[in-house]
Amino acid sequence: MHLIPCPCCGPRAEDEFHYRGDATVKRPAPDAGEQAFYDFVYTRANPRGWHVEWWHHYAGCRQWVKVERNTMTHEIRTAVGPAEDIPEVQV
Amino acid sequence: MSGRRLPAGGHIDRERHLSFSFDGRRFFGHPGDTLASALIANGVRLVGRSFKYHRPRGIMTAGPDEPSALVELREGARTEPNSKMTEVALYEGLVARSQNRWPSLGLDLMAVNSLAGKLIGAGFYYKTFMWPKAFWEKVYEPLIRRAAGLGRAVDRRDPDHYEALHAHCDVLVVGSGAAGLAAARAAGASGARVILCERDDLLGGGLLLDPAHDAWRRQTIAALEAMPEVEILPRTNVFGYYDHNLLGAIEHAGDHLAEPAPHQVRQRYRTFRATEVVLATGASERLIAFPGNDKPGVMMAGAALAYIHRFGVAPGERAVIFTNNDSAYATAHALADAQFDRIVLADSRAASACADDVKARGIDVRFGVEVAHYGGDRVTLRARNGASDRIPADLLCVSGGWNPNVHLASQSGARLRWHEQIASFVPGEPVQAERSAGAARGVFGPGNAARDGAEAGAAAAIAAGFKPGAAFALPDADRPETPLEPLWEVRAQGKAFVDLQNDVTTEDIRLAHREGFSHIEHAKRYTTHNMATDQGKLGGLVGAAVLAEARGEPLEKVGLPTFRPYTSPVTIGALAGRAIGEHFQPVRRTSLHDWHLRHGAAMQPSGAWLRPFYYPKPGEDIWDAIFREARAVRGSVGICDVSTLGKIDLQGPDAATFLDRLYANAFSTLAIGKARYGLMLREDGIAFDDGTTARLGPEHFLLTCTTANAGPVLEHMEFYAQTVWPDLDVQFSSVTDQWAQMAVAGPRSRLTLQKVVAGLDLSNEAFPFMAVGEATIAGIPVRVFRISFSGELAYEVAAPSGDGETVWEAIIAAGEEFGIAPYGLEAMGLMRIEKGHAAGPELNGQTTAADLGMGRMVKKAGDVVGRVLGARPALANPSRPRLVGIRPTDPAKRLRGGAHLVSEPGAGKSLGWVSSVTQSIELSQWIGLAMLEDGAARQGQLLHAVSPLHGESVEVIVTSPHHIDPENARVRA
Repeated sequence: MHLIPCPCCGPRAEDEFHYRGDATVKRPAPDAGEQAFYDFVYTRANPRGWHVEWWHHYAGCRQWVKVERNTMTHEIRTAVGPAEDIPEVQV
Repeated sequence: MSGRRLPAGGHIDRERHLSFSFDGRRFFGHPGDTLASALIANGVRLVGRSFKYHRPRGIMTAGPDEPSALVELREGARTEPNSKMTEVALYEGLVARSQNRWPSLGLDLMAVNSLAGKLIGAGFYYKTFMWPKAFWEKVYEPLIRRAAGLGRAVDRRDPDHYEALHAHCDVLVVGSGAAGLAAARAAGASGARVILCERDDLLGGGLLLDPAHDAWRRQTIAALEAMPEVEILPRTNVFGYYDHNLLGAIEHAGDHLAEPAPHQVRQRYRTFRATEVVLATGASERLIAFPGNDKPGVMMAGAALAYIHRFGVAPGERAVIFTNNDSAYATAHALADAQFDRIVLADSRAASACADDVKARGIDVRFGVEVAHYGGDRVTLRARNGASDRIPADLLCVSGGWNPNVHLASQSGARLRWHEQIASFVPGEPVQAERSAGAARGVFGPGNAARDGAEAGAAAAIAAGFKPGAAFALPDADRPETPLEPLWEVRAQGKAFVDLQNDVTTEDIRLAHREGFSHIEHAKRYTTHNMATDQGKLGGLVGAAVLAEARGEPLEKVGLPTFRPYTSPVTIGALAGRAIGEHFQPVRRTSLHDWHLRHGAAMQPSGAWLRPFYYPKPGEDIWDAIFREARAVRGSVGICDVSTLGKIDLQGPDAATFLDRLYANAFSTLAIGKARYGLMLREDGIAFDDGTTARLGPEHFLLTCTTANAGPVLEHMEFYAQTVWPDLDVQFSSVTDQWAQMAVAGPRSRLTLQKVVAGLDLSNEAFPFMAVGEATIAGIPVRVFRISFSGELAYEVAAPSGDGETVWEAIIAAGEEFGIAPYGLEAMGLMRIEKGHAAGPELNGQTTAADLGMGRMVKKAGDVVGRVLGARPALANPSRPRLVGIRPTDPAKRLRGGAHLVSEPGAGKSLGWVSSVTQSIELSQWIGLAMLEDGAARQGQLLHAVSPLHGESVEVIVTSPHHIDPENARVRA
């Protein structure tokens, strides 16, 4: 079970969180058109390796946390609050 | 009868005697015995029949590696099939039965399978029982189940208690052999919080098998017990290594008792989150494949050593030891100590440095020989030059070398590495914060392992942020060993087993290869090799070696199948812990719960909530009660607890803008003191949830959502507020638990409330449909909403939770003269179907606003969740299934939820489905709601509702979903 370093609550077990998925997709502007919304809802890169994801700390601070996680090793490198950006890491 | 109790030795309490029964015969043993050691002491040799061939089997090992000695333990509801007797601690009154034999262990008629071995080889399930297809259910399956089952499962409720416990520590040490004890002591000396887990009831692992090391063992345990930060957990088997250094274990807290005391825990499911882990899991001795290597009398050399030194029993009188390494020489000494009549040590190598000491004790040592056959009483030795010799033996000890127990390291993500010198796999580079020590990484011998463990323990403590503690004494260094020479299989006539529990032979492995199942994972599944409860600990690598030879490739390239949890079987009861029956999940009760119980409500789970289903009166059946409650509402007045609806209090300058974007319809236009129905869409355009939202002030709203979606809606709102529109100044919080809410519905609801509501004019003019106001009832401040789910004139009253019952009772007292009735979920459901309100069965995650007849509500422009994708052509297609009403044309016929709508009986094409049904009190017949293709255009059409499950087909007429009051006049009265 993952241990997620919530920026508000500290390291907490995965079962306090709900997973949502890709945090790199941005909701388009309301007039961006159907294709843009389609991509926002459905199109995902499904990367093997580092990935920035939304995890909702529902049993804690109730923040949507941005977590940078390796989908292959499950290593977690960074976790920040919803309004912050994950710092760039040279891989 | 060849086994016997030795006059001295062993970690057993010879002063006390325990009686037990096996297959109905009564025996005696001592505390400290396992069922296996006690049976050996009593001369029992045959303990079970094998899975497929029903071959006689004996006790092979002295621990969790045991493939053969499985029994059905205990009786009644506590019956446990497939218990390894090598792991069952003896207790007074123990009852065990052998398995997989018919009619008896000695005379097993199914043993004829052995002769049919050619027919039931690898993959026989896939080949033999294929045709004819009709035979499967009636002939093959019952035959296979009767013939091949191991134990019998119990269908009675488990009477024992289990619990779960989670712990954190700096260093977790798994295993308490020389390496584990030294690691725990080194880590403990640094001041780190250490947890030491040992699956056995005694600490010491292999140290228990050599009296010379007992002093160091006791000394180290005493030192550990004196360290306040060290916790020692015996009888605790670590079964899995998961992400981020989480490990799972079962503590067998009460398995060694005849029956746990009332409320005493039988097993404890433990999880550990460790900063650093030391895996000192030891090694398992491996088998050599040769014909007859499964006969009673065959025993691993290390197990024979354990029976003599740990339990004080001799497993025979005349022994042959077959080995390719030095470890079995300790067994030779032990057999000599145990006064065996004859001991022959057959070493497949050319020489060993240990030979002289053994020969000096009169043991017949032969080099360059192999066991070509064992018949149960005679060993055929074959020399490299072809000469053979037959030696009488009731015990054949086998050692093919030692496999480090790498299960946990492998589960942690570490790749395995081939270790040429020991011809086995060891853990490679760690991926998580773990290290292996001692035999678990191929460092054998108590002295070497203890040094390795001490280093690993100190390194783990340093890695966890501690400074090394004081040094301590370690056992003497071990003598150097003569290297092992790999020996996997002796090719000769007869069945040679690589997996005794699943009856897999070397020939099965070769057959799998010939038939194309050459990958180790494919061969495993095709032959069932490694798939039994012993997880192939004895013969897993041997099978892989046979496969490697067949493939003509090195064993390290063939590899082993993936190691997965659990390392040993775990009972479901332990994993479930206390989460059983009514404690399966926490129960949510409304503040009116006790009132409902006092008034005889039948309660119904609704998610985590318990809600009144109906309130039966004496003599009433379920429908009587539902009809009476619904008639009270339609005819006069009723009251219903709706506290479980999700309530979210929303405030801030941008609250109205936020709601405008969140709901398909607008809320910024809502007047203060009014409520409005809202439909929330998902971003893909599908309806998500609905409810009424009230505007309490310019920047203050109160949302309601359905009971089931209260959590998901809040999460959805948080996502958009925090990540999509963080610029909006809005705050919100769930207030579901803060308010008791009650619906007061019926033509006399106003008259009822007017008697008790103070400070609010409830007249139709002053407080029209959808009005919201504040008032008091019985001195309690309440909110009043004029909203209706039943379709009648109705109000909802919200009171602070703590005062819910006071307000509820005041309303009931006021309504008494009108015959007010409390009504439950069923009457509510009946009335909402009559009224044609969509609920859970219609908001099913597949329907759009238009499908539900609410297409016109959806805003055509602006930033609205679900607007853009909801307008996609396929979702906007008017022929999609739409919400309609249906009624049988024959009022005597009933409807079924889930029935399909077809144009005529037998028509293959479904036009839609029946989502909700009830018996209408107004129409005096069954009515329903349905999702029907082109529904709007089909009003008045005759269709058929077919339910193949019930063998029913009913002619129905398509109607408006609003079975009653389609003009919505009543709610405005």
